[in-house]
Amino acid sequence: MNPTLVKLLQAPSIFLLFLWMIVPLSMTVYFSTIRYNLLYPERTGFIGLDNYEFFWTDPSFFPALLNTLILVGSVLVITIVLGLGISLLIDRPFRGRGVARVMLISPFFIMPTVSALVWKNMMMDPNNGLFAALSNALGLQPIEWLAQLPLFSIILMVSWQWTPFAILIFMTSLQSQDQEQKEAATLDGAGFWAQFWNLTLPHLARPISIVLLIQMIFHLAIFAEIFVTTSGGPGVSSTNLTYLIYIQSQQAFDVGVASAGGVFAIILANIVAIFLIRAVGKTLTV
Amino acid sequence: MTDKQRAQLKDRIAVVAAWIAACIFFFPIFWMVLTSFKTEGQAIAVPPLLFFEPTLENYLEIQERTNYFKFAMNSIITAFGGTALALLIAIPSAYAMAFNSGRWTKDILMWMLSTKMLPAVGVMMPIYFLAQTFNLFDTKLLLIIIYAMMNLPIVMLILFNYFREIPKEILEASRMDGTSTFNEIRQIVMPLAWGGIASTALLSIILCWNEAFWSIVLTTTEASTLTAFVASFQAPEGLFWAKVSAVSTLAVAPIVVFGWMAQKQLVQGLTFGAVK
Repeated sequence: MNPTLVKLLQAPSIFLLFLWMIVPLSMTVYFSTIRYNLLYPERTGFIGLDNYEFFWTDPSFFPALLNTLILVGSVLVITIVLGLGISLLIDRPFRGRGVARVMLISPFFIMPTVSALVWKNMMMDPNNGLFAALSNALGLQPIEWLAQLPLFSIILMVSWQWTPFAILIFMTSLQSQDQEQKEAATLDGAGFWAQFWNLTLPHLARPISIVLLIQMIFHLAIFAEIFVTTSGGPGVSSTNLTYLIYIQSQQAFDVGVASAGGVFAIILANIVAIFLIRAVGKTLTV
Repeated sequence: MTDKQRAQLKDRIAVVAAWIAACIFFFPIFWMVLTSFKTEGQAIAVPPLLFFEPTLENYLEIQERTNYFKFAMNSIITAFGGTALALLIAIPSAYAMAFNSGRWTKDILMWMLSTKMLPAVGVMMPIYFLAQTFNLFDTKLLLIIIYAMMNLPIVMLILFNYFREIPKEILEASRMDGTSTFNEIRQIVMPLAWGGIASTALLSIILCWNEAFWSIVLTTTEASTLTAFVASFQAPEGLFWAKVSAVSTLAVAPIVVFGWMAQKQLVQGLTFGAVK
């Protein structure tokens, strides 16, 4: 193929993605340095880093940052531990394994707003929900999940959706494990744990790091689950950074401060992205 | 107990544990589908009902009460439109990169993936204003453009990997015969890569269908997709559980089936090709 044509064919995707990245990005950075509130259109002008200062001295900022870290951290631990355990359980063939697999990965395909509603109403409702019925049956006081344990409830929902993702990746990756090596180890008398530590875990090291990084990117941006269930409350007890920025723009109409928060979120995501791109880059053969 | 018996027992416990895990994870979905066949009274009964006389009433009333089909059509149009646009842009590019990879190809692909990691909330205000400026706010076209750009990096990467698996000899042979580039793509590459393109499309459709940030932020009534429509049921707590369940069941059913079909591509696409 002639070189001009090669460039011509590549141009649209590169050009469009570049626009998609650079235009909004530079606008966000620009907005973050000017006075820009939809309620006070007469106030304008360059204000340097004031929006940033306003964003991180906001009493909600620190709780939101903490909630974000707790949310991401807990979901990561839960999904990876459960994902590893369950994918090992379904690695060996048994009757009906196909059905069990389908049941296990299905939650991942449920749209976030539906899963949030199902959990909020049918599972966690303090009067008519299943958890309440379970508590009553055991003679316990039903818990008002979203009011008393809002962040934990969100963690539960997100883990339910993302453990299947971990299972899916680990399951796929286990299939490429060297079976002969495992059989040899069994013949040599290596038990389950010895095999797990010395063969399986090293084999899964890369998939685990990929699952970790990808989930971080997605979980830093959790929005719909909070929007549908707790709206960040009570107070700010289940507000994460994404939701805080959303509130800044939709309720305070402060474009400048929301943009400063946006830049902060971009920087946070990029710290993770650098590691992820490196990990992915190693596997891409050109 | 002999060693063999002990091993068998362990196997059996593992199988039972696997089924328990499967039932726990699937239960909320099962319960949602079950609730969709209850009357509103049965749906909120205390204690919850496992056995009841099923009714189709919720499904029959969805359209009368809500406008379900409009939102379902919006989901279909935006998911398929966004996917088609992404494929249209990606197929020639991925083709050129896969068969004529140069020094920068890898860097370009990596850079493309990095745009995928830009958090949506970080560029929410600019996108909102651009949408207003171009009179695109609350339109399907806006969501189609955003979904296409959002999925373009993943689509590029998967197509790139598929195209690379096509043996170069076949292409060289056809070039000797003097086939033009356009015919080369149409007659040789497309038929060979057809499966790859179809499953890439499937993955992209799943991701568009379940997208729930832009659809909530950028639509109000006209262009709302099912994700935004379902989110609008958040307010009246405890009301209409059966109907919400019916709407939800219809909203997720096609995509769950797609998901089962596209497992492999999903693994590849979501790990950016790092796990195959």
